[in-house]
Amino acid sequence: MTSSVTAPHGTEKGLHRRELDNGLRVLLVPDPAAPVVGVAVHVDVGFRSEPEGRTGFAHLFEHLMFQGSESLEKLAHFRHVQSSGGVFNGSTHQDYTNYFEVLPSAALERALFLEADRLRAPKLTAENLRNQVDVVKEEIRLNVLNRPYGGFPWILLPPVLYDTYPNAHNGYGDFTDLEQADLDDAAAFFDAYYAPGNAVLTVVGDLDPDETAALVEKHFGDIPARPVPSRPSFAEPAPDGERRDAVTDAHAPLPALALGYRLPDPGADLHGYLAHAVLASLLTDGEAARLTQRLVYGDELVTDVSASCGLMGAPLDARDPDTFTITAVHPGDVDPQRITAAVDDELTRLATDGPDAEELRRVTARWASSLHREHDRLMSRMLALGAAELVQGRAELADELPGLLAAVEPAAVADAAGRLRPDARAVLTVTPGGAA
Amino acid sequence: MTSTSTRRGADEIGSTPAGPRPLPPLGPQRSVPAPEEVDTVLDSGLRVIAVRRAEVPMVELRLRVPFADTSGREESDHAAVAEVLATTILSGTASRGRVAVDDELAGVGGELGFSVDPERLTVSGHALADGTDTLLAVLADLLLSATHPDDELARERARLVERIELAFAQPSVIARRALQERRYGAHPVTREMPRPEEVTRVTADAVRALQASALQPGGSVLVLVGDLDPADAVSRVERALAGWTGGRAAELPALPALTARDLLLVDRPGAVQSQLRLSAPAVGRTDPRYAALQLANLALGGYFSSRLVENLREDKGYTYHASSSLELDPHGAVLVVETDVASEVTAPALLETRYELGRLAVVPPTADEVESARRYLVGSLLISMTTQAGYASTVAALAAHGLSSSWVREHPARIEAVTADEVAAAAAEFFAPTAFTGVVVADAARAGYGLRALGGVETP
Repeated sequence: MTSSVTAPHGTEKGLHRRELDNGLRVLLVPDPAAPVVGVAVHVDVGFRSEPEGRTGFAHLFEHLMFQGSESLEKLAHFRHVQSSGGVFNGSTHQDYTNYFEVLPSAALERALFLEADRLRAPKLTAENLRNQVDVVKEEIRLNVLNRPYGGFPWILLPPVLYDTYPNAHNGYGDFTDLEQADLDDAAAFFDAYYAPGNAVLTVVGDLDPDETAALVEKHFGDIPARPVPSRPSFAEPAPDGERRDAVTDAHAPLPALALGYRLPDPGADLHGYLAHAVLASLLTDGEAARLTQRLVYGDELVTDVSASCGLMGAPLDARDPDTFTITAVHPGDVDPQRITAAVDDELTRLATDGPDAEELRRVTARWASSLHREHDRLMSRMLALGAAELVQGRAELADELPGLLAAVEPAAVADAAGRLRPDARAVLTVTPGGAA
Repeated sequence: MTSTSTRRGADEIGSTPAGPRPLPPLGPQRSVPAPEEVDTVLDSGLRVIAVRRAEVPMVELRLRVPFADTSGREESDHAAVAEVLATTILSGTASRGRVAVDDELAGVGGELGFSVDPERLTVSGHALADGTDTLLAVLADLLLSATHPDDELARERARLVERIELAFAQPSVIARRALQERRYGAHPVTREMPRPEEVTRVTADAVRALQASALQPGGSVLVLVGDLDPADAVSRVERALAGWTGGRAAELPALPALTARDLLLVDRPGAVQSQLRLSAPAVGRTDPRYAALQLANLALGGYFSSRLVENLREDKGYTYHASSSLELDPHGAVLVVETDVASEVTAPALLETRYELGRLAVVPPTADEVESARRYLVGSLLISMTTQAGYASTVAALAAHGLSSSWVREHPARIEAVTADEVAAAAAEFFAPTAFTGVVVADAARAGYGLRALGGVETP
């Protein structure tokens, strides 16, 4: 059974990496802490790759992948995972889509079977498509349209900072686009992007690597290889000025502001990128953080302020280009110009003087602690490993992150602060308005 | 779309020459030994539970102090004062300023968060394991000598007002408030979030007085889970909190019995989505019917593979989310059935929800439905206990009900022992539509007609 499985070539930290003949990349990570296992498939397509006129399609397609496959009627996937004692989910990101379950270890083979069946032969039907368009529209109403600050900033900021369709469009989708999606779109999308060679399978938990490798081969090995799409570059020039836009939010009680900056390419400059992750913490994590001190307690300009390295809130979740964001909610009588001026002032101060070593040590201790907690949860560690393998090319990065962040020097943080320039950013203001 | 050598139709994609394959059976399941634990009550009356779970070098902390409003007054300011207290307690102590508190915690990768609800004050925290003493020292300092400085309090009060205004703009919060008032009238339990004008009136003196009178160790519980030695951890707690003595913390009085009533339509003009919230009496963990009730609840809407989700979401496409859950409080329990649906299907969704409640009561879950729910309940319980944080939260929640971790270790056996007849009996007893009350938050101009046509809804 294992004859067509290539020998592992990366085994540090108990991480076994293989590739099947059909191109599926496989990560096997034994973790005997608890008698549970996790299985995740990360596919190398996210909402940046969806076609023009089909905004929201990558996410809609994620829903369709739960609707049945050759061996599984509609609803069977959910029922088999849950009646094995497991939990499941999927999510669509800028550059990838993941599908996963965590179950008692007795259900390992069953979970592999379930993932293999839909990667081999999903049952795409017009009825399920229409049903899931309705479900997705309710998801968007719940998370965006019927609440204050829905889609802020992840949907609202990109069209201000970026020019090209992949980077700028709404990844949740416009209702008109979702309603026009048809079965041919779904079939073409699956054939183009869901080739086994375009995916990473991650299996983590109470498992034996050799036995699991054999089970992986048994269930995934006969999925025929298909051409792997060439991955387009989403690169576009950095903004050559300050770009501004304003929106009104019918549900928002207070105005809000989002600043967007381009991050360094993590593939080309990982350390420069990680300095921005540390910078985000220095700015807004905790009471003593620079922007919290200045904007909330010092000048009393904002109610809350938050900085994030990565549009979706976590570092290293996307390839280049990705976004550094600073968001704030503020009282109506505060001119947003005062907020941006204070942000610029604090960034200039950091760029000139750098953080002090003790301040930096506290930030990296908090990072280490939060990563330990995240990795204590098998589901989180599995998803971090799979995403790191697919997006950054190295699963090990997920485990190495605390050390890499702790090694970021004050000068690198100062340099990162210096790159967040007013003449190369997006500024989005949100004004309460309309009937609530 | 990217070029590809294949151009298959959906039909071709969905089948292979080999055809459908059989579902693999489940393998053997390894069981886990109980972790090392000490569960004891200190002289102060504080119950301390320390559990060794050393997967990562962290310690999780939970502290629950009963914190009920005992004034008996309908116009009580307790909820507002308690909310301000939980916000400003981190603003500094006699020996540490606000920034020093946070810096000291950050130095050990630590965090402490305070929150209040009508029942209790909860502290959730964690730190790198070698920072446990620092975490406990900061906690003790906050409990014993938070000063709630006037200037910090004034600013935090203003921020809190803004956050509450934001929360009250959330449909889920509006629906929750309306449900609580529909269920419990003016009982203190309805005051989960004070109104902005109540917060504005809170004085520093009132906050300091509440801290002095209500933050008591007697009846409170502190849980530590992580890379620790349990007996040693208890001694560290005893040393760090030696100064925390006094009386008993105030328990929430028993809730009024829930009575069945028409649903109340709460108008939210312009809403594109409606919130349905239905509630009925239930029973808690120590009741012999509890495990059967859990299984019946799962079959209705307690997980994805349930009647409500398969009907309202996967068949009708009315909603992204529909669920049924048990809310447990120290005196009892209630069922809450909830979904958020598009405005135009508000009445149809209520019709289907009532249909599923009635069907559960009179067409009992099948053997397959019971088995599926049983496996899910046992498995998800196992998974929820695999993290330090999950373990700590579960043990703290059990302790608030006077239970210990042995309850959760013994619960799988209780779940396995439930018969299909017991599930059917629980379904009939607790899920009859006539047992429910609740609210519908919707644009009355769009949803009112359909709801009036269905009946059982009090419309404006």
